Amino acid sequence: MTLALFYIFAAVLVFGALRVITAKNPVHAVLWLILSFFTSACLWILLKAEFLAVSLVVIYVGAVMVLFLFVVMMLDLNFEELRKGFWKFFPVAAVVAAIMLVEMILVLTNRYAQIPGAQLVETGPTVRELGLQIYTTYFLPFQLSAVLLLVGMIAAIGLTIRKRKNTKYQQPGEQIAVKAADRVRVLKMDAEARLEAPQPKPADDQQAQG
Amino acid sequence: MITLTHFLVLGAILFALSVFGIFMNRKNLIVMLMAIELMLLAVNMNFIAFSQFLGDSAGQIFVFFILTVAAAESAIGLAILVVLFRNLRSIAVEDLGTMKG
Repeated sequence: MTLALFYIFAAVLVFGALRVITAKNPVHAVLWLILSFFTSACLWILLKAEFLAVSLVVIYVGAVMVLFLFVVMMLDLNFEELRKGFWKFFPVAAVVAAIMLVEMILVLTNRYAQIPGAQLVETGPTVRELGLQIYTTYFLPFQLSAVLLLVGMIAAIGLTIRKRKNTKYQQPGEQIAVKAADRVRVLKMDAEARLEAPQPKPADDQQAQG
Repeated sequence: MITLTHFLVLGAILFALSVFGIFMNRKNLIVMLMAIELMLLAVNMNFIAFSQFLGDSAGQIFVFFILTVAAAESAIGLAILVVLFRNLRSIAVEDLGTMKG
């Protein structure tokens, strides 16, 4: 029963992955990729790794794929242009991928590469075990991965932020470097004597002289 | 009886498919990023298979960290992609020649 489920999920996963890389429309590729991730979450549940299966659905299907969909739909792409010359690299790609696949399968199915005693043992829920490990042995890497996510967020915002021309900014460097002489101009001018003129001149003229 | 080799071969197939996808989608940087995500998925599948079949939970913690790093990587990759498209109006790999590398 488990083996039949494995083959069904594996077939769906491989088909989804194949459609991801051959889809004409990138939006369809993202949707097929969502199917692939979901199917591999099912496979991980067959492996009794339920916490990682759920986090794969939450992180990938819930967050990363939505991000991909946003970007794909935001870019104004010409799909015909993207497909031009798609089959140009087919010979080299097929040869490299096929050789890699055959080599890996030869190694993995070899009798001497088998690990004796490797079997799916019946364990309890993995969440408790993982939580204990993460918060004790792997506590520093856990914190560092949180910092890494923060750095990633800042980098993504910093890369895509668009500066507007008419926005007024403070420039702290120039503010600190300013001297008193830049701000106040001391003028030397003669003290004005009171004239006996009947009509005072307009204020603009006096300022122009000063 | 489901064995370790089943999962390892599935991971190998997935990895080879992603290599194939990276070669084929030279005009489309988005699908290349998706192929990289598939590659990481194949690696994760191997990690979890080894971890569960050998009874060592360290493999699953590695998968947890790989998921974190992959999320940050795809966010930054997509940000670079958006900036690239804004400047070049194209996401083909051949057009990325400004650094003359």
